[in-house]
Amino acid sequence: MAHAELKQFETVRYSRIYALGAARGDLIVTNDEVAGPIDSSDEWIRQRTGIITRRRAGKDQSLMDMAVAASTEAIQKAGIEPSEIGAVIFSTISHPYQTPSAATLLADLIGANPAPAFDISAACAGYCYGIAQADAMVRSGLAKYVLVVGGEKLTDYIDPADRSISFLLGDGAGAAVVGPSDTPGISPTVWGSDGSKWGAVSMTGSLLDFRDGEASWPTLRQDGQTVFRWAVWQMAKVAQEALDAAGVTANDLSALVTHQANMRIIDEMVKTLKLPESVVVARDIADTGNTSAASVPLAMHRLLAEHQVESGGLALEIGFGAGLAFAAQVVVLP
Amino acid sequence: MALSHDEVLAGLAEIVNEETGIDTASVLAEKSFTNDLDIDSISMMTIVVNCEDKFGVKIPDEEVKSLLTVGDAVNFIVGAQG
Repeated sequence: MAHAELKQFETVRYSRIYALGAARGDLIVTNDEVAGPIDSSDEWIRQRTGIITRRRAGKDQSLMDMAVAASTEAIQKAGIEPSEIGAVIFSTISHPYQTPSAATLLADLIGANPAPAFDISAACAGYCYGIAQADAMVRSGLAKYVLVVGGEKLTDYIDPADRSISFLLGDGAGAAVVGPSDTPGISPTVWGSDGSKWGAVSMTGSLLDFRDGEASWPTLRQDGQTVFRWAVWQMAKVAQEALDAAGVTANDLSALVTHQANMRIIDEMVKTLKLPESVVVARDIADTGNTSAASVPLAMHRLLAEHQVESGGLALEIGFGAGLAFAAQVVVLP
Repeated sequence: MALSHDEVLAGLAEIVNEETGIDTASVLAEKSFTNDLDIDSISMMTIVVNCEDKFGVKIPDEEVKSLLTVGDAVNFIVGAQG
């Protein structure tokens, strides 16, 4: 007896980012405001991190508020209806519920219900992980339009007296709509992880330890030197691999958009990659701070909003952080 | 051929100068990286990676913390040359 032939998704050749959206914390927090508890100064923080101010969300501004604002902008600029979103990927480490996910609520709030929706936890690499998945989903036919959001309210997980990372951190959300394209718009992603450095960027304790009274409220901390070395020299190699995978060179780039971890990391990476001066380097960290999963889309959104780069140019984006996890791809600027 | 203490010191001084602008003549064995030369942790890591490249040695992260003086670093590099 002949079997009926199954249907499978029809594939799409190419994908691209249609548009970006951005939202930052309402508060502008100066170095003087964070310097006291770490016995530091405005000058010390500027010199070591390049941060002048950081944007933080007050008590009345939630992670979801920022994610909705960024997503709504991205969808409007993409010229599609929220109901056309075929999947929502929310990358965050600061959604304050173990379950349900932030993504399902976001999908509902922006009018994308009943789109499939899920969170990913890849910290500062999360947005680039999301773009990789969206690219694959669009080209496989699994979804026509995918909303990728990187969003964090990290101030809920900082210790003002921590000298390792807390004073760097800010809050915000960035969003991208990825959809089908007639021409290549997202290069093969180079991604991976190194769990042997699981503790290099981590929490001060687990929620179970907190529940049992054995640890205080878990906050973020890092081994700065270990992370710096990995972020600059290992990630420069990953960035070069991403260029190679894309079939382009640094000379072809309009912009470099790295995770905004620390201006010193960005400067060293630019040196190590020997980028030509024609490449615009995103330095959103100076007045936004390190917003983990949100930092790459926020920085790219800003380059476009300030006309530092033009739509259609190529940007190398690279996210790296806790896990340790990393991902890089070259994209056509929306 | 393995480099001598003096040769490693001279090479290290050049690397320190390149990263921080500190005069090579000030990079002496007894100087503390943090207290005397005022080198911060990020510059220290850049110096470490450049030393690895220049001298062909591996300096693990956990070892960096014990390299308090220029002399500590020179001794480690000389010993690690094998």
